[in-house]
Amino acid sequence: MKGNGTTSQIRLVWKYFKRNRLAVGGLTILIAIFFVAGTAPLLAPYDPGKTEVSLKLKPPSLKHFLGTDQLGRDVFSRMLYGSRISLSVGFVAVGISIFIGILVGAIAGYYGRWVDSLLMRLVDVMFCFPTFFLILTVVALLGPSIFNIMVVIGLTSWMGTARFVRAEFLSLRERDFVQAAKALGVNDRRIIFRHILPNALAPVFVSATLDVATAILVEAGLSFLGFGVQPPAPSWGNILTEGRTYIFDAWWLTVFPGLAILLTVLSFNLVGEGLRDSLDPRLRGRR
Amino acid sequence: MKIVLLSFPLLFLILLGINLLFVSSRPTPMVNQLIISSIGDASYLNPVLAQDSASSDINGLVFNGLIKYNRDLQGFVGDLAESWEIRPGPEPEITFFLRRGVLWHDGKPFSAEDVKFTYDKIMDEKTQTVRRSDYEWVKKVEVVDPYTFRVTYKQPFSPGLGTWGIGILPKHRLEKEDINTTSFNRNPIGTGPFRFVEWVSDEKIVLEANPRYFEGRPHLDRIIYRIIPETSLSEMELLTRGVDYYGVLPHQYRRMNEIPFLKIYSQPSLSYTYIGYNLKNPLFQDKRVRQALTHAIHREEIVQYVLYGFGQVISGPFPSHLWYYNPNVKPLPYDPIKAKKLLTEAGWKDTDGDGVLDREGKPFRFKLITNSGNDIRRDVGVLVQRQLRELGINITFETYEWSVFLKNFINAKHFDACILGWSLSPDPDDYMIWHSSQIEKGFNFISYVNPEADRLWEEGRKEYDLERRRKIYWRIHELIAEDQPYTFLFSPIGISALQKKFVLVERDPSGREIYRPIQMEKAGLMYDLIKWYVPRGIVMEK
Amino acid sequence: MTRFLFKRLLQLFMTLIGISILSWIIITQAPGSPIALTMDPKVSPKIIEQMEKNYDLDKPIYQQYFLWLKKLLTGKLYSFKDGRPVLEKIGERIWNTLLLNLVATLIIFSLAIPLGVFSARRPYSFLDNLGTFGAYLGLSIPGFWLAYLVILATVKLFGYPVLGLRSFVIEGLSPPEIVLDRIWHLMLPASIMAIHGIAGLSRYTRSSMLEVIRQDYIRTAKSKGLPEEIVYYKHALRNALLPIITLFGFLIPGLIGGSIIMESVFAWPGIGRLAYQAVLARDYPVVMTILTISAVLTLIGNFIADLLYGVADPRIRYQ
Repeated sequence: MKGNGTTSQIRLVWKYFKRNRLAVGGLTILIAIFFVAGTAPLLAPYDPGKTEVSLKLKPPSLKHFLGTDQLGRDVFSRMLYGSRISLSVGFVAVGISIFIGILVGAIAGYYGRWVDSLLMRLVDVMFCFPTFFLILTVVALLGPSIFNIMVVIGLTSWMGTARFVRAEFLSLRERDFVQAAKALGVNDRRIIFRHILPNALAPVFVSATLDVATAILVEAGLSFLGFGVQPPAPSWGNILTEGRTYIFDAWWLTVFPGLAILLTVLSFNLVGEGLRDSLDPRLRGRR
Repeated sequence: MKIVLLSFPLLFLILLGINLLFVSSRPTPMVNQLIISSIGDASYLNPVLAQDSASSDINGLVFNGLIKYNRDLQGFVGDLAESWEIRPGPEPEITFFLRRGVLWHDGKPFSAEDVKFTYDKIMDEKTQTVRRSDYEWVKKVEVVDPYTFRVTYKQPFSPGLGTWGIGILPKHRLEKEDINTTSFNRNPIGTGPFRFVEWVSDEKIVLEANPRYFEGRPHLDRIIYRIIPETSLSEMELLTRGVDYYGVLPHQYRRMNEIPFLKIYSQPSLSYTYIGYNLKNPLFQDKRVRQALTHAIHREEIVQYVLYGFGQVISGPFPSHLWYYNPNVKPLPYDPIKAKKLLTEAGWKDTDGDGVLDREGKPFRFKLITNSGNDIRRDVGVLVQRQLRELGINITFETYEWSVFLKNFINAKHFDACILGWSLSPDPDDYMIWHSSQIEKGFNFISYVNPEADRLWEEGRKEYDLERRRKIYWRIHELIAEDQPYTFLFSPIGISALQKKFVLVERDPSGREIYRPIQMEKAGLMYDLIKWYVPRGIVMEK
Repeated sequence: MTRFLFKRLLQLFMTLIGISILSWIIITQAPGSPIALTMDPKVSPKIIEQMEKNYDLDKPIYQQYFLWLKKLLTGKLYSFKDGRPVLEKIGERIWNTLLLNLVATLIIFSLAIPLGVFSARRPYSFLDNLGTFGAYLGLSIPGFWLAYLVILATVKLFGYPVLGLRSFVIEGLSPPEIVLDRIWHLMLPASIMAIHGIAGLSRYTRSSMLEVIRQDYIRTAKSKGLPEEIVYYKHALRNALLPIITLFGFLIPGLIGGSIIMESVFAWPGIGRLAYQAVLARDYPVVMTILTISAVLTLIGNFIADLLYGVADPRIRYQ
């Protein structure tokens, strides 16, 4: 299932993905956002921390594209740098959750029996908690820092991945190529990671894309409640939350970060759904 | 089926439409009541247990203490006590002569037994009250007769008098209850001008006029505390007249001032904001360095831009409008050149030309921290960071959530410098903040030691005479200003907005009722709340 | 069926124990103390220690857990913040939260299902694509941000209070007007809370409809010459709606988590806001109990969903 097969599969997926205009639009925006995040220091017209109090709360103009905040900092530059924080929270958190999810799902699905029941009970327990409240509580108790937020979001959102990785494993482990590998005496770890996992990755990829969107929204929500990435670091959630106080004086402080979050989350969602459609053979022929 | 499906969204739209029609056509009625916006819900309507400001505000209307501060915050007037006598000596005695004929809201008479009961409850270790610290120096209390109450102190302790302003609890109601969990805490009975009616959690607390109040029935019929968790939301409610009174933030002032139906009041507050330096850190042990930092921080700019001018730069550890603030001590001026000179004297120079000062090969670098959730401290931090960087000091600024901040940094003394504020009581005895005995476990977390100041703090709390106390605290002010263990930033000016419909009712010499505009007192806008009134017949423009 | 029920109940119970232990572990990681939340220079540290002791905070962690369990079961669990019984505090707010969520759910179902059904009628038409895009927009919008903008707009447009359960100056209102006032205060937060759900559920309905109309029996019905309208809105719809019913059970988990932000924005006195305040105040008994209660509600919800699924789909039989 490696080598040639994979490349041709990717090409096939891309062929179907291309037909979905919304998804392509989302992907374009995403690439743009990544570009911006990567080159923020070059693009930003000002130092994001530089205060110029005499220019505070100025509306958008040619000098300051998105206006200035309550300390006269350039909102545009802060937003550019903010994209780095928001994106890294999204990606690292999802990376952690995918890692745990795959591990738990693979072990449960491959070994089955009591290992499976035990792990699935754990998944049930975790699923029962109101996720956002759990995240809020833990972040509040540990103290909000970018590191804690990533880890906590990751630790509380792996259950979905675990469930469907397990389901894939349950069906794949009965397949001929796995049975053959077992008969040949290949060790378990190799079977799990080399033989079964690559075949179970597609849906993981889709859900990871969607989860990044959720993680960005969660960080914004935490910031709103005062438990996000702590100021003066310019995350989008922070700029928005700081700006909320000045909603009557400076609409741009509230509107633009909100739009940025909306646009990014929307793109991730569109791309994720596009991927799902093009990876699912049953849905392919229909566009 | 299609029709059924369609009907749901239609129903939704119709409902929304009716609602919009309804809300766009509603007038605002005039009612003789005051709606106050409070950012948090109260916790205990019991003056012994309450710690938060929402509870304290309400308790102040429902309960009375024996005495209360006068309108200049410079002495006391009787409340439940008609008068009192202080007998000085090594073990001073205060005797309170109580007002006769005062009734609890349930009609039972008030007596000295209630005062003793309140004291006993505070001192009971099982009672979850922080107020116990106030009475540490009390030796004993006695009920001399139903209207005379006597306190004996172990040693002279002048701040002790003010602690008898605490609200007195009714013995007959609480005698057989567990004070921590009794239903009384949500359904209180006091002697105050307003009596408790209703408390809907997280929504409102309603009080009504006490017709049998000993100073006469208040003119307002009702006071409602509304809980609105956020300031910009309160502002919106103020505009829709869902709120009558609200503490305005500096940036809202200009907008509020333009609204015709609002009157804006301002008043220096009993608090100040500072940067505290951890004196255990070798970086800050040289007085010249601390003075240089203060010279380098442009406090006027901070007040002008962060507080929109609503603050007073202070020179020492007291709020600037009270009697113990020493007006002869002037704040160190903003002077980056002087700052640079002082730093050079202390050995800090930029020898390697990287823009950062250094001494013996080590760069001048430290971390400034504050708690999150306080917008003003956050903005101050950002500005201070910029100002000190211009001087060649490499400073990072971070915020932490309050409990983490206290436990991991402040109480652990694990910090370089912090932005914090003190809210003070009108009495100047800040022994717990400054005395060197309070370094280990008290609030002297910057580890400040000055033997002369220590001695004066001890003297100040033993002295009853106001003039002599003034001298002591003025000297303390000088000493601390010289040492600069804090950079004293500012004392904020509180602003409040009130709907214009309220007036003060007074009697002219002939006994006729006349209306006067409401005035700000040093003790606060609401000092004369029982005289507030909404006159009928005055039509308010929308 | 009885054996299945018994097994499920046993599982429920085990999960419950797991939940309470896990939430306890989380809580005890906290650095803050519920006592010293304010820096009052008049309070001596001795007294704070004494007060912590009164709350059993000096006891070992496992002992605290059993104390909490015991107090909860005997109804003697009191909040640190105001000394009231925890269950009473939750009890007085839970109806507000339920009401808000019920209305939001009604809005979700009454708008999302028609939306999904009509979208699926002509898949990939302009209107369907618009609906798709709208749904993604709905899924992506930060709720609190939208809420802020909406509150601002309504205040500017109508000058009528929007926060809280009801208006405050209600003198001179007739009873029907008071009802309208309540509905007004309910509609805004409920509608905004519903947006996410509408987006999700309408997508779900749409794909469920598309799935069904490809089935053989629908083709058969069509080829028999039944009018397309009837086939679509009667036969297909009925089958597509069955799995959607089961979603009712899954709505509960979002109840508290989803309410925290909206209840804070709209000053709505519900469980979500209580939970948030309890976290801020380190009110461990309240946080613990809310975590546990919501987990229990979720368990019950899942259970109901399973049962509903069995009712809705006769192919599933429990053993």
